[in-house]
Amino acid sequence: MHIPDGFLDAEVAAAAGVAAAGAVAYGLRRAERTLDERAVPMLGVTGAVVFAAPMLNFPVAGGTSGHVLGAALAAVLLGPWVACLVLAVVLGLQAFLFADGGITALGANALNMGVIGGLGAGAVIAAGRRVLPATQSAFVGLVGIAAWLAVMAGAAATALQLAASGTAPLGTVMPAMLGVHALIGVGEAVVTVAAVSAVLASRPDLVAMAPPLAQPVSPNRAAEA
Amino acid sequence: MSTSTRLFTVLALAVAVGLATAASPFASSSPDGLEKVAQEEGFLQDGRLAGVQEKAPAPGYAFPGVQDERLATGLAGFTGTLLVFAVGYGLARVVVRRPPRAEPAP
Repeated sequence: MHIPDGFLDAEVAAAAGVAAAGAVAYGLRRAERTLDERAVPMLGVTGAVVFAAPMLNFPVAGGTSGHVLGAALAAVLLGPWVACLVLAVVLGLQAFLFADGGITALGANALNMGVIGGLGAGAVIAAGRRVLPATQSAFVGLVGIAAWLAVMAGAAATALQLAASGTAPLGTVMPAMLGVHALIGVGEAVVTVAAVSAVLASRPDLVAMAPPLAQPVSPNRAAEA
Repeated sequence: MSTSTRLFTVLALAVAVGLATAASPFASSSPDGLEKVAQEEGFLQDGRLAGVQEKAPAPGYAFPGVQDERLATGLAGFTGTLLVFAVGYGLARVVVRRPPRAEPAP
């Protein structure tokens, strides 16, 4: 679930909000400078997928469910900074229209899931591309790993914020969050891999972070830098 | 946009809307990761709604005015997904100003 209001204290929420706002603003500038016409429907589609997929909770062990985050998928399709923008928009709509995630906590949710998730996944993919062979299976495997790491990073950030707010002690909440999200992250990796594979099979030029796989040019030049 | 992009967009959107409408009502209702941790660590009750959220149209993804819970969830998924698509598309329309480079043959 997204963090509701009341879990984080005001300073932590405000600090997270400032960080998230900065990243999202940069994402907006990057979008202006680097996207072309093909990205217009892709922003809509990616937003729709990032909104719809988390509605599908799947059971993981011990009476718990998980849902996908979509940050890694957004990052691989749109590039990390534009992904932050799209994820933040989706999170905002979720908070205001569906009361999913708090309003004062929106900054923290955007930071943990959108910024850390999106940039983290993007960084892992960019780094991995440099060392791995430029084959589709290597790339898709890399995306799966990035997806799992994005979930873990977001969970860790949440645990740190909860501890900094005095809501729960770090020594218990960090292992608890990491433990359950290690399982949820596997689901995220599976779904992300499936989705990216589907897009690569039909329109690989719409996958901004894909390495050159003998395919047409991607609509987001900056992601190849 | 090209036929190929339009087709891709429609199909991907259809998958997203379809899942949100038809599959979400059957999603697991067990508490998710953070909620479970909050239960176990005893801070779940700290959570509360912000003032503006009490007037949210579809709190908890329940479409207003619909009694059946599954139908309410499905409708929320349907409208929400389309709305997010529209917002994302609209935002991109405003932001993106460059012409496309080489497109694949439709």
